[in-house]
Amino acid sequence: MSAQTTHIVGSSPIRKEGVAKVLGRAQYIDDIALPNMWFGATVRSTIPRGRITSITFDPAIPWHEFTIVTAADVPGENTIVHIAKDHLCLASTHVNHPNEPILLLAHPDRAVLPAAVAAVHITYDPLPAVFTIDQAEAPDAPAIWGDPDAPEKNLFKSYLMRSGNESQLDAIFAAADHIVTGEYRTGAQEQLYIENNGIIAEYSATHGVTVRGAMQCPFYVVHALQLVFNLPAEQCRVIQTETGGAFGGKEDFPSVIAAHAALLAMKSGHPVKICYDRAEDLAATTKRHPSRTRIRTAVSKDGKLLGGDIAFCLDGGAYLTLSATVLSRGTIHAAGPYRWPALRVSGKAYATNLPPHGAFRGFGAPQSIFATERHMDRIAHALGITPEDVRRRNLLAPGDRTATGQLVPQSGPDTVDMQHLLTRALTESDYHAKQARFQKENPTSPIKRGIGFATFFHGSGFTGSGERRLNSLVEIELTPTGQPQILVSSTEFGQGTNTILCQIAAETLHLPYDFILIAQPDTKHVPNSGPTVASRTAMIVGKLVERAAQSLVQSLITSGHLPHHYSADDFRHAALAYLAQHGPLKASVRYQSPGDIVWDDDNYKGEAYPAYAWAVYVAEVAVDTTTYAATCTNFYALQEVGKVLHPILAAGQIEGGVAQGIGFALYEKCVWQQGHMANNQMTNYIMPTSADLPPIHVAFEEIPSIHGPFGAKGIGELPMDGPAPAILNAIEDATRIPFNEIPLLPEDIFQRMTANGHTSGDPCVPEATA
Amino acid sequence: MTQITLTINGQPRTIEAPPLKRLLDVLREDLHLTGAKEGCGEGECGSCSVLLNGELVNSCLVPILQAEGAHITTIEGIASNEKLHPIQQCFLEQGGAQCGICTPGMILATHHLLEKYPQPNLLQIQEGLAGNLCRCTGYTRIFQAVQQASKTPGTNSVPSPI
Repeated sequence: MSAQTTHIVGSSPIRKEGVAKVLGRAQYIDDIALPNMWFGATVRSTIPRGRITSITFDPAIPWHEFTIVTAADVPGENTIVHIAKDHLCLASTHVNHPNEPILLLAHPDRAVLPAAVAAVHITYDPLPAVFTIDQAEAPDAPAIWGDPDAPEKNLFKSYLMRSGNESQLDAIFAAADHIVTGEYRTGAQEQLYIENNGIIAEYSATHGVTVRGAMQCPFYVVHALQLVFNLPAEQCRVIQTETGGAFGGKEDFPSVIAAHAALLAMKSGHPVKICYDRAEDLAATTKRHPSRTRIRTAVSKDGKLLGGDIAFCLDGGAYLTLSATVLSRGTIHAAGPYRWPALRVSGKAYATNLPPHGAFRGFGAPQSIFATERHMDRIAHALGITPEDVRRRNLLAPGDRTATGQLVPQSGPDTVDMQHLLTRALTESDYHAKQARFQKENPTSPIKRGIGFATFFHGSGFTGSGERRLNSLVEIELTPTGQPQILVSSTEFGQGTNTILCQIAAETLHLPYDFILIAQPDTKHVPNSGPTVASRTAMIVGKLVERAAQSLVQSLITSGHLPHHYSADDFRHAALAYLAQHGPLKASVRYQSPGDIVWDDDNYKGEAYPAYAWAVYVAEVAVDTTTYAATCTNFYALQEVGKVLHPILAAGQIEGGVAQGIGFALYEKCVWQQGHMANNQMTNYIMPTSADLPPIHVAFEEIPSIHGPFGAKGIGELPMDGPAPAILNAIEDATRIPFNEIPLLPEDIFQRMTANGHTSGDPCVPEATA
Repeated sequence: MTQITLTINGQPRTIEAPPLKRLLDVLREDLHLTGAKEGCGEGECGSCSVLLNGELVNSCLVPILQAEGAHITTIEGIASNEKLHPIQQCFLEQGGAQCGICTPGMILATHHLLEKYPQPNLLQIQEGLAGNLCRCTGYTRIFQAVQQASKTPGTNSVPSPI
């Protein structure tokens, strides 16, 4: 496919719901009140693991005013289903993490709930617990999840990805010029959407459950409610309200809070709202999986990768939730955009007694890419060549295959020239000159400056055969006003779903952008276009919208109502005439797997994703040897993302993702005490403010993909992957100290710099290379 | 309960509330002005920002007793009839609003900033908005919206009540 000339796609119209947002009129869940609505609250465990021995209610509280729900009130299965059914809706006999829900309360007055929650006293018989990957995998670890006699305890899921001459790895390592090893760790990270999780639920015996609230994936919630209430899908209606940020944090968790609110609604006979405050949201909801990656590489003396053995591990928290799929994406992305003659990646996700970790932008890839990109610099330093050299000698080129065997086309759509991207990024960031200047100035300056980069890719859409399984459906209908209205379950939470899908429909239909409508995601009215995750909306759902629009216009043309060339007025008249003559018109299209996308789930071979976005990110840092604070002072983000549908939204996605990546690297630390997040406040969980961030320079290259509408690919998660390794590479450039664990806070830098015998004014000496 | 008289978006209002009830809750629950949002409840995120006698405050930290006789401007008082205020228009055009939850507070903080510095430099913008957290944008497009607003006539006006 060659680049098409477009008018609406590629321009930057005003965001569809933008006027309501700037006026403050957009209705988020906590802005909505239903008649006779009550408020719900959750009584949670205070220990990481144990048997519940008693529950008592303080007589000072007038309990008759409250509705109280326990596991015994669950009409269906007491489970929140994601991948498996291990995750309880309400704990009854045992708890497996702090802040696990045990009991629910509802009352007409929101203000009385905190005291009531505190007046429910629960005692436990504690059991031994584990809090880290290292503890969970230890031979003498208590079995906290799964079969206690399994060969590997506490293991949620494992993958083994073998690539190239993997069976010859031992011989390759034995014969290699260099063996470079490293260990890399990343911490839990909070999504920190500014709107906390919240749901309002209603129940009626005839209509079943209706919930509305902040969420990414309405049909995930339907699926979860069906089990909890033992109801058919038609009696579990889910409506997404305006959602104040999500980033993965409203992918799986809304199923929990929706089930809780609905249980209270059923028992109380009132609509019930549960909106968490910040402390509860931070303590009880999902975070990014902490990771530990060990990499061993065989390298030739000129810096070519000969073989690799990567052990990628995630801490999944107490229940499986989405850990298997997070692990899958992380495992595949561990290979990075490189040629590996032989590679083994072992991925393992472990159970711990922390609250379940879940989806967060990047979904495992930021963790493994951090490790791989730090390791590429480690190889360079071990061999005495530059980080650029080591990339140049190993980057995938047209005609090469990724570690799963996916071909990078020689030319045309979906190819990429990473050498060119690297050259452009280093040139436009003035990398070489800055590096030389910093090296000259650093010895006499208390501020050590450095520059580093990361080269990486991110797959768009569900991994492997996921899109085939999702089998998404998209519809476009004609409204009574003769306008096309898009019907999808794909949700808007800031990233621009409403806008880009309307642009795609407008471009396809040759109609003005303002003429296109998009329905509120309400599972009673919209089809299941899949979850709004995995950088899939623009590419996968967008392509379906394009096809549905083509089908709609074809119906109007073949029925004789619309000429081949038409104006917006012609369209409206044709639509109204069609509706009058034939009744409603709805064009439906279902996902069709492209013939050349083949994935082998057992062996992790084939087309892992329909397409990848490719990027080179360059970071500049300043490390103050008086305060030991590291600051990112300049950032350059170059990416190839296929056709850019909306330049302002796209740049906004990159800038926002880079900001979260900077937070991941330098600011955001979850402090765990016996599995409880001790810093569950915005006061001491620190995200970057407007005064903390550097200038972020964003540049796009656009090689169209055959898989997306007008050549578009996914970009939502990509910018989360590159900042952390680029920044840590820059810090090593500045300090000559390899830091391999994030978040990297001033106290960590202080410890390493002073432990190495440095004082603030002394020049740093390179650590011995591996 | 205490009787409090104050002026909200130019209109005099009298309410009955416990003296320590937060201004944020009075706005949202008693007056049904839900534009101010609760993000943290402890004055860190700024999504509940309003102008109190022209000063930018976190309404989650203001007991209603302290607002006796005050003039309060919320996001609902920024637009004039159905016409967007220039700051709102600039946020729309520049992509300064993504999920929108911080937007009301951010617009009020911008209003306050431009009162203080009609032509702010980047550092003044960064520091002026540092009390308002945004998780979506990385702030870049917000800075551009503020810069555009500072060049737009009429930015420094708050409309008089209808």
